[in-house]
Amino acid sequence: MSITVNLIVNGKAVTQTCPENTTLVELIREKLQLSGTHVGCDTSQCGACTVHMNGRAVKACTVLVAQAEGSDVTTIEGIGTADDLHPMQSAFKECHGLQCGFCTPGMIMAAIDLVNRENELDEQTIREGLEGNFCRCTGYHNIVEAVGNAAARMKE
Amino acid sequence: MYDFNYHKPQTVKDALSLFKEADDGIYLAGGHTLIPAMKVRLRAPTDVIDLSGVDGLIGIREESGALVIGALTTHDTVATSEVVARAIPALNSLAASIGDAQVRNRGTIGGSVANNDPAADYPAGVLALGATIKTDRREISASEFFTAMFETALEEDELIQSISFPIVESAAYIKFPNPASRYATVGVFISRHGGQVSVAITGAAATVFRCPEMEQALSDNFAEVALDSIQLNADDMNSDMHASAEYRAHLCVVMAKRAVASMS
Repeated sequence: MSITVNLIVNGKAVTQTCPENTTLVELIREKLQLSGTHVGCDTSQCGACTVHMNGRAVKACTVLVAQAEGSDVTTIEGIGTADDLHPMQSAFKECHGLQCGFCTPGMIMAAIDLVNRENELDEQTIREGLEGNFCRCTGYHNIVEAVGNAAARMKE
Repeated sequence: MYDFNYHKPQTVKDALSLFKEADDGIYLAGGHTLIPAMKVRLRAPTDVIDLSGVDGLIGIREESGALVIGALTTHDTVATSEVVARAIPALNSLAASIGDAQVRNRGTIGGSVANNDPAADYPAGVLALGATIKTDRREISASEFFTAMFETALEEDELIQSISFPIVESAAYIKFPNPASRYATVGVFISRHGGQVSVAITGAAATVFRCPEMEQALSDNFAEVALDSIQLNADDMNSDMHASAEYRAHLCVVMAKRAVASMS
């Protein structure tokens, strides 16, 4: 059986027909060829697949495409370009908030949601806010610094 | 994940008839237990009935001395609700302690309660506060709701619509979270109202339970020292790679003391 879904991805209307057991991350990566969103664990633990759905961070491996019907989805490709990085991307670059980069798209999408919803971001709040994202390289220190740095710029 | 038929009804009545027509139907709330279970084929329903289109299942309101939370209200909404903060702030902190931010953006109170995971947080709050689970056909008191590990008093096709929590004088929830999953290794919810103390413990045993020994001790003297002599029997406790039964029995008292301290 298959299902046709209509949603907005990075500002563009998308209509796709796919099997009902398709997850949102499969649609994003395999049908839309937006491979910036990663799949780490595929069990909703690592956070590499984090995208925004109606403005909130979600793990796209644990959302069925049918559940995303009518929603507004933003992936890492939708927040900035190589020439015009999002402040969170710039901060990760400047603070060396990544090494291998696999977790980075999910980390950035989760961090943007965190900054958007928290008024006061201290180190503890940032660490707790990123509990749903695993990084196996950095030890998190520079990621936390990058998020704090970006938060100041985003609130300017 | 095996294939299935997806349905998105707009009324409770339609959801119930879709369930009856299905060979092996299942209701979908936030999906943060169901979808992972389907991926590893622990669940293989023929029909998934998504409740997100059904009117009236989302929202939080105060109503004649009770806090009423719609079944499809997300953990994040409960965690950040000012209505909850005024009525039972312990439920704000309970919801804020579930999983991580992304999980809280999708997971729902009704899904958590219907699933009755032995390490879930909500069952402790529902039981200690003496909440009432309102379904499409009846009202079930918390004391009769959680029957066994992953089992509840719900009939196969029965749908939770809301959960009603009596507003109490004070309450607290303290847990020892699994450091990776944030599920409760042991979580203790204490509520205090009119001289009565209720203590419900999650994570420790096959299902959430009340602890009459602690309730009696705290009713006599609401202080940490009142729990000094209490030792729970480890025979009934869960034991796994994260914590032995003896450790869990010990943690129950430690978490209860911390909850009492936070209420004093």
